[in-house]
Amino acid sequence: MKNNFIRKIIFDERSRSLLIQTLTIGIFAFIIYILVQQTAYNLDKRGISSGFDFLNMSAGYDISIRLISFTSEDTHLRAYFVGLLNTLLIAICGCFLATILGFLVGIIRLSSNWLFKNIAYVYVEFTRNVPVLLQIILYYSILLHLPQIKQAIVLLDNFYLTNRGFFMPSPVPKEGFGIVIASLIFAIIASYFLKKYLKKRQETTGRQYPIFLMNSTLIIFIPVFFYYITGMPIEFDNPVLKGFNFKGGMVVRPEFLGMLFGLSIYTAAFISETVRSGIISVSKGQREASKALGLKNNLVMRLVIIPQALRVIIPPLTSQYLNLTKNSSLGIAIGYADLVHGFGGISLNQTGRAIEIMMIVMLTYLSISLIISIFMNIYNKSVQFKGNA
Amino acid sequence: MRSLALNDLSHNKYYNWIVRNFFSTWLNTSLTIIALIFLYKIGTFFLDWAIFSADFKLNFQGQVITDRTMCSKNIAPGEYGACWTIIYARFDQFMYGLYPAEETWRVNLSFFLLPFAIIGFLFDKLPLRKYFIFFTFIYPFIAYFLLYGGPNLTIVETNKWGGLLVTLFLGVTGIGLAFPLSIALALGRRSNMPIIKSICVIFIEFIRGVPLITLLFTANVMLPLFLPEGVNPDNLLRALVAVTLFQSAYMAEAIRGGLQAIPRGQIEAAQSLGLTYWQTTRKIVLPQALKIAIPPIVNTCIGLFKDTSLVLIIGLFDLLGIGKAALADMTWTKLYYEVYVFIALVFFIFCFGMSRYSLYLEKKLKTDNS
Repeated sequence: MKNNFIRKIIFDERSRSLLIQTLTIGIFAFIIYILVQQTAYNLDKRGISSGFDFLNMSAGYDISIRLISFTSEDTHLRAYFVGLLNTLLIAICGCFLATILGFLVGIIRLSSNWLFKNIAYVYVEFTRNVPVLLQIILYYSILLHLPQIKQAIVLLDNFYLTNRGFFMPSPVPKEGFGIVIASLIFAIIASYFLKKYLKKRQETTGRQYPIFLMNSTLIIFIPVFFYYITGMPIEFDNPVLKGFNFKGGMVVRPEFLGMLFGLSIYTAAFISETVRSGIISVSKGQREASKALGLKNNLVMRLVIIPQALRVIIPPLTSQYLNLTKNSSLGIAIGYADLVHGFGGISLNQTGRAIEIMMIVMLTYLSISLIISIFMNIYNKSVQFKGNA
Repeated sequence: MRSLALNDLSHNKYYNWIVRNFFSTWLNTSLTIIALIFLYKIGTFFLDWAIFSADFKLNFQGQVITDRTMCSKNIAPGEYGACWTIIYARFDQFMYGLYPAEETWRVNLSFFLLPFAIIGFLFDKLPLRKYFIFFTFIYPFIAYFLLYGGPNLTIVETNKWGGLLVTLFLGVTGIGLAFPLSIALALGRRSNMPIIKSICVIFIEFIRGVPLITLLFTANVMLPLFLPEGVNPDNLLRALVAVTLFQSAYMAEAIRGGLQAIPRGQIEAAQSLGLTYWQTTRKIVLPQALKIAIPPIVNTCIGLFKDTSLVLIIGLFDLLGIGKAALADMTWTKLYYEVYVFIALVFFIFCFGMSRYSLYLEKKLKTDNS
């Protein structure tokens, strides 16, 4: 009987795998039990209390870069949201800039001009083989070496480039601005229907219309028209030098700009590579066939090459967006007040709740990653081959 | 005669190449001119800054530079050249950190032996490869003995380590330790046992979903909380734990890609010959899968090597950390560009080398399989 049991475990696959898995669970549970015990003991011994009650305590520090108001009396929970918004802000701006730059460089790398191609190549090799942290610190120190506020570089009269940031006028909407916004929304809706209508006309009559040109005129012209009709309802609040600082207007801090340049220039190098390989992956016959059908160069690119290239580009592009978002946590090195810097750094030092805070920060990043993946997967599905191919 | 000469020119392959690449259309020609102007401006500025107007050991008055106020650019307002003296003055720190000066030969020796330890892995047609691979496995013990110390060698605590030593230590050891772990994770992720599989999936996706800096923080702050009293790993070891776990998740995904590329028939054939799971894996699947997976593995290694610079945030002095420390020193402060350009160049040499190797392998794989 006993012999039979051992035989079964050694030679029967199903019972063997059952045994291995039970053992694994057992070992895991044991390790976790030991860890929890040890941690509780250590925490107790060092007099560190635990729990999430600290979230409602006042933070006691100030955050200079913020999208929502924050004072040192506000809670740690609010500090968390300030950090989260800053992280999202840099991630979205960075992804946007990196995509534009990456596509541009990717296309230049395929251009027929040898010099242009190789300048782009050198850019790609130099940026992607140097740590992003080093680049962020380098751009930040360049920005910090701009002139001081008193000797600010003046651009277009009201834009000031200084070592304390980029000062510019802020628009203040007046009465009647709502009408301009409404007209803009109207123009966008109208252009959508116009596009649909013209597409239909093209299918029935065969005539092509300059849809893009017509729509962009529509979207630009209507709001500008209403802007003048309502008596120019935007005022600009110009930054004015008062004492040692500018009053009024708005400012983009060097920390933000340093992060933005560092992240987007670094990530753009990777994106340009995926764009390049995506365009190369479309077979030469496709281009030749569409030329033979009489399509113009830009139509070949827009209607034939890009839609097929996107199938190859989107998955690696997603992982580049994820990388950029994760790299935005490097703000701590130059004092950009993101999630890791404010909540994960200063709050952690003040409250000592390392486990709780790191857990919250990690879960937040996991959720952001998950959300980006979900959206990019939906988009990816929409560009893949339709049907069962 | 003249027409003949022109005819000759249009058959000249260099002439054709130049026309095709630079002057094929008016647009192309203007792009060429813009690019040339751009290159001329940037190129002359950079060369002038880095070489022709730069100070190496002497400034433009011929004095030996001992601190930043003696740099040409800080004496004469018109001068702007780099002041590379900071690199000379701090070179030992950039290489070894605060490693005792009389013991640096130990670091040099381990640097010198490192290529011999790696080379056996990199090139499969190397003569005497067996011995090189053997050396790969004993190198970690030699390096540990040399760097940390032991019998006959004084012990150098890891808080004295720094600069390139820490960067290479974290990079090489992280990759070396992550390699077996990542194979286990990749196999586990493809296992038929649901519990093993889900543990591996959760681990890999968790690590890949969070930034390395949070892992470093966690290891730095929380590792001492998890461990019993008396066991107190130093900062370098904590960073190493985080880096290893991080790298193993990324490497596991690269290896999984290789595993997926092995046709099912290979495994079935091996099984029908009577090989067990471990025999199949060790003798049939892994050798082929790893070969395919090496280029993406090398790419993750490049990523890790760059990411080791993050340890400066938890207070370790890697290459970048030493650079920042050098800039904080009053004698040399404000020479940002010199320091950062130098560090960037060091990273570039390592990472570019690795990426060339990965390209070489990809080319070789293509010809091998055709």
